[in-house]
Amino acid sequence: MDQAKIKELKRLSAEIKLGALEAVWSASSGHPGGSLSISDILAYLYFVEMKIDPKNPNWEDRDRFVLSKGHTAPAYYAALALRGYFPREDLKTFRQVDSYLQGHPDMKGTPGVDMTTGSLGLGISAAAGMAMSGKIYNKDYRVYAMLGDGELGEGQVWEAAMFSAHYKLDNLCAFVDWNGLQIDGPITEVMDSTPIDKKFEAFGWHVISIDAHDFEQIAAALEEAKTVKGQPTVIIAKSIKGKGVSYMENQVSWHGAAPNNEQYEQGVKEINTYIASLN
Amino acid sequence: MADKIATREAYGMALAELGDKYDFVVFDADLASATKTGIFKKKFPDRHFDCGIAEGNMMSMAAGVASTGRIPFVSTFAMFAAGRAFEPIRNSIGYPHLNVKIGATHAGISVGEDGATHQCCEDLATMRSIPGMTIINPADAIETFAAVEAAINFYGPVYMRFGRLAIPTIYDKATYKFEIGKGVVLADGKDCAIFATGLLVGFALEARELLKADGIDAAVINIHTVKPLDNELVCSYAAKCGAVVTAEEHNIIGGLGSAVCETLAENCPTPVRRIGVRDVFGRSGKVPPLLEMYGLTAGHIAAAVRESVAAKK
Repeated sequence: MDQAKIKELKRLSAEIKLGALEAVWSASSGHPGGSLSISDILAYLYFVEMKIDPKNPNWEDRDRFVLSKGHTAPAYYAALALRGYFPREDLKTFRQVDSYLQGHPDMKGTPGVDMTTGSLGLGISAAAGMAMSGKIYNKDYRVYAMLGDGELGEGQVWEAAMFSAHYKLDNLCAFVDWNGLQIDGPITEVMDSTPIDKKFEAFGWHVISIDAHDFEQIAAALEEAKTVKGQPTVIIAKSIKGKGVSYMENQVSWHGAAPNNEQYEQGVKEINTYIASLN
Repeated sequence: MADKIATREAYGMALAELGDKYDFVVFDADLASATKTGIFKKKFPDRHFDCGIAEGNMMSMAAGVASTGRIPFVSTFAMFAAGRAFEPIRNSIGYPHLNVKIGATHAGISVGEDGATHQCCEDLATMRSIPGMTIINPADAIETFAAVEAAINFYGPVYMRFGRLAIPTIYDKATYKFEIGKGVVLADGKDCAIFATGLLVGFALEARELLKADGIDAAVINIHTVKPLDNELVCSYAAKCGAVVTAEEHNIIGGLGSAVCETLAENCPTPVRRIGVRDVFGRSGKVPPLLEMYGLTAGHIAAAVRESVAAKK
């Protein structure tokens, strides 16, 4: 990948972060930490990887994305808005009673949302179902899913993992956003889901480990996933929760809290400074 | 009257027969030989997929299949569908109103020997509480076939409740017209309206015969669609008869009895007696003594009707 492209992806990711922060700040509620940790991957998926058409969000042969960790909808909505599914300005209606941007993704209300999620552990199953349907009906679309590392505590994740390997769903590629923090604290203290790689490997998945904030690694992992036959792929993406906003980084307290005005302004300033530095 | 056949058996046969006419796929959770989706599997091995003993995944996975525009049937026992997998059904299927057809077998006390852990008498309650869920509880093999075909031609989540026990056939396949949401008046009557569903429909018809000796003319209405309830028919027969008995193989809390009481209380207050499992767990045993023990026979329905009619005076 050339440097100009990487720079553009970094800018897009930063724009996603600005959108996510604005949504959470406007709503005075939401989940900024885990939104910021997945922004780079969302930027790559929505602006490079996925075969999609924002003008035709229900296109039958499109690639699908399932945000299994549905609470990080702010970044998801920002990515969809920037990609052209709906107006960027609507992000400020997030979580309002008359908005189509629900607290957790609603496929029936929001253009571009492929699956309703929010209750942890269910999204990865739905993604497996989409991939299964693709296999049964000989469609060549690919299905992407984003899991949280805390979410791995849900037993259904492992039911889905077993199912996906059993049916050789090589059209399914899941990410684990390994930011190391869940609501009550570090995952290693609350409920240790590590070693994540060995678990998926034991369940029959092709495992790739990357730095979630390195676009070359994201690109290489997704390319590798497409070459894998007869197995689903999981990309374990080591990330920084709250990435890009200094006071949020690696702080458990920013899992599900909204910034006040001053904090919001500081966050915006930091991200804008970063964008300016790219030029 | 044809030979006895369980609605689960009729379900498997319906899938196999309708598989030629319609494009759908079937998922099961390691119970294909019991839910009878195995009958479909035998004919369409490429369209039947086992999910293993993992009902939660099966439900959300089916939601994913439905999201691609396909029609998935998912089957397991009622206990593990409406019970264990309630939340995946609620959030992955119900909330986005996806076109998943749930074929839940082994509902109610008539599971028999397996006992309380497998005798699901709560499924109508949990499924009724999900907005937009359609619930069909067929009374015989003919109605089961019709319900499966109707479910295929209907867009939206459908929960179909089938039994393990072989039961007599009530309907004539050549003439029976099934419509989701429309109750069927099997016998008109003026003294008391019996609203029954599933296994208890046949018993209600027997009760009507028993009551003739008492000079009681009871109407028997088959409420195959527990949700949406045929409010109009329920209210019209309640008003006409002035006394109502409900009959179901389910807890008296949350099932047909509750549904009938809810609509009558709001629209046409009428005294109601409920035949059902009286808020207790089941137990192992042969089916006839179990039905007797839990008060689910024609005799129990007839007794409730007699009480209702006497109370009118």
